[in-house]
Amino acid sequence: MSLELRVKNYLQLNLSLLYWILIAPFTGQFFKIAPIFRQMVFIGVRAAPMVALTAFSVGVTLAMQAAHSLESLGAEMYIPDLVMITLLREMGPVLIAVIVIGRSGSAVAAELGTMKVSEEIEALEVMAINPIQYLVVPRFLAMMVMLPALTIFGNYIGILGGWAVCVSALDFNTAGYVLRALESAETWDLYSGMIKSVVFAWIIITIACNAGLNVEGGAEGVGQATTASVVEALLAMLVTNAVLTGIFFFSA
Amino acid sequence: MNPNSEAIIEVDHLVRRFGDRAVLDQISFNVHRGETLVIMGGSGCGKSTLLRHMIGSMKPTTGSVKLFGEEITGMAEREIERVRLRFGMLFQSGALLASLTVGENVALPLFQHTKKSPDEIEQIVKQKLEIVGLTGFEDLKPDEISGGMKKRVGLARALALDPELLFSDEPTSGLDPIMTAVVDELTLNLTKGTHMTAVVVSHDMTSAFRIATRMIMLGHGSIVAQGTPDEIRNSSNPEVQQFIHGRADGPIPLNVSQEEHKDHQHVRPRPFLGARFRFHHKHP
Repeated sequence: MSLELRVKNYLQLNLSLLYWILIAPFTGQFFKIAPIFRQMVFIGVRAAPMVALTAFSVGVTLAMQAAHSLESLGAEMYIPDLVMITLLREMGPVLIAVIVIGRSGSAVAAELGTMKVSEEIEALEVMAINPIQYLVVPRFLAMMVMLPALTIFGNYIGILGGWAVCVSALDFNTAGYVLRALESAETWDLYSGMIKSVVFAWIIITIACNAGLNVEGGAEGVGQATTASVVEALLAMLVTNAVLTGIFFFSA
Repeated sequence: MNPNSEAIIEVDHLVRRFGDRAVLDQISFNVHRGETLVIMGGSGCGKSTLLRHMIGSMKPTTGSVKLFGEEITGMAEREIERVRLRFGMLFQSGALLASLTVGENVALPLFQHTKKSPDEIEQIVKQKLEIVGLTGFEDLKPDEISGGMKKRVGLARALALDPELLFSDEPTSGLDPIMTAVVDELTLNLTKGTHMTAVVVSHDMTSAFRIATRMIMLGHGSIVAQGTPDEIRNSSNPEVQQFIHGRADGPIPLNVSQEEHKDHQHVRPRPFLGARFRFHHKHP
């Protein structure tokens, strides 16, 4: 499929999503709630263990690297600051988005792609059920809720990882670590990360759904679309992250 | 055929081109209420494309398609949905949603388009599954049942909203002879009993002659012959005779040339380089 057509499809998907979420409910076509919760479990809750492991490792790594660099300056006391701010602003939103792209984004692309090649999407259309409303809206809303939720959850676990290093290998006690960490972070650090993760959620789920709905050519096509959705979502997410960081922390 | 009764489907000078190639060329026919029209023809003759134009999922290059007297070719998606509520469609593979159970699949159109209570819907689902001989299969997933069963569930789902018109894409392919007869009888009961109109795409000749009240044979994108089953059976057209008797020799071209496939790049024949490399690999 040509790039032009794919971009057109992507924009169309975004527009009809906005229609089904913002306008259609006022014309009496309200989306159903139960499928959203089912998708929230699938997209979010089941990804939680992986997110926890990732975030813990990142927290531990950040603390060790900070210890290594700050020790030579005699500034070990700033380790919690560094862990906290790096997690809230960058590592939390980005790494958890990476996990969700790899796990949930690819699964959504593969699922919708398989439905497309097995005529299920066409069957929905013929039954006068709009595939955007029936399939995409629940996944979209679930992702918009669950990625920020996972990010907050991951932030906590990451901070726990930093605490584990500081308390077990360095001269910190729990109270010192928590106080230092809380003192350094401002609410804006949290909010900026949350805004990022909302934007990432939008990017991930729309790219995944678009890739799935436009699959052509059988099982091979499903595989290609899944790979493409992961690569495109990763690139789009990382570039957007750089842009957002620029806007949040360099434009004032 | 009763020319006095109302026309449910009117296809008028339908043309569909992919690039330079006309897949459907000047197709015109009407289907009247209560008729069972069988569309037959070899693989790749445009049967499925014609069907997709009649259900509004493809738009013709020129020409018109009217369902229930309404022109659907220029309709917006929203308007087509209104027309689609009046017909059911059985897909070749059944096209059941793999994530739902058999019962949920049949219930899906009812949940989406009616205000019936879950209890009423359960009753209707039971009744529709009973019609196709699958009582008690409600809680199985589509991948736990056979291909023929999927097709019958697909039929039950197509009938869920009691449509006036039923489209079937190869309803009997992949079914054993007994099940074929059951599905045919079912179609006959529905068209005779409830005056449902049916359009069936098929190349199963036994089944086609059993259910059809009228037949159309397509070839190279245009109508080769049409008429009642008797007219088709006694047709002097050699292409029709070759097709209904399934002879290998005859006027129907066996292979589609590569030239005609230029719009379907993925099926273009390629020199099989792999074979040479493989043999070399085996003899170091």
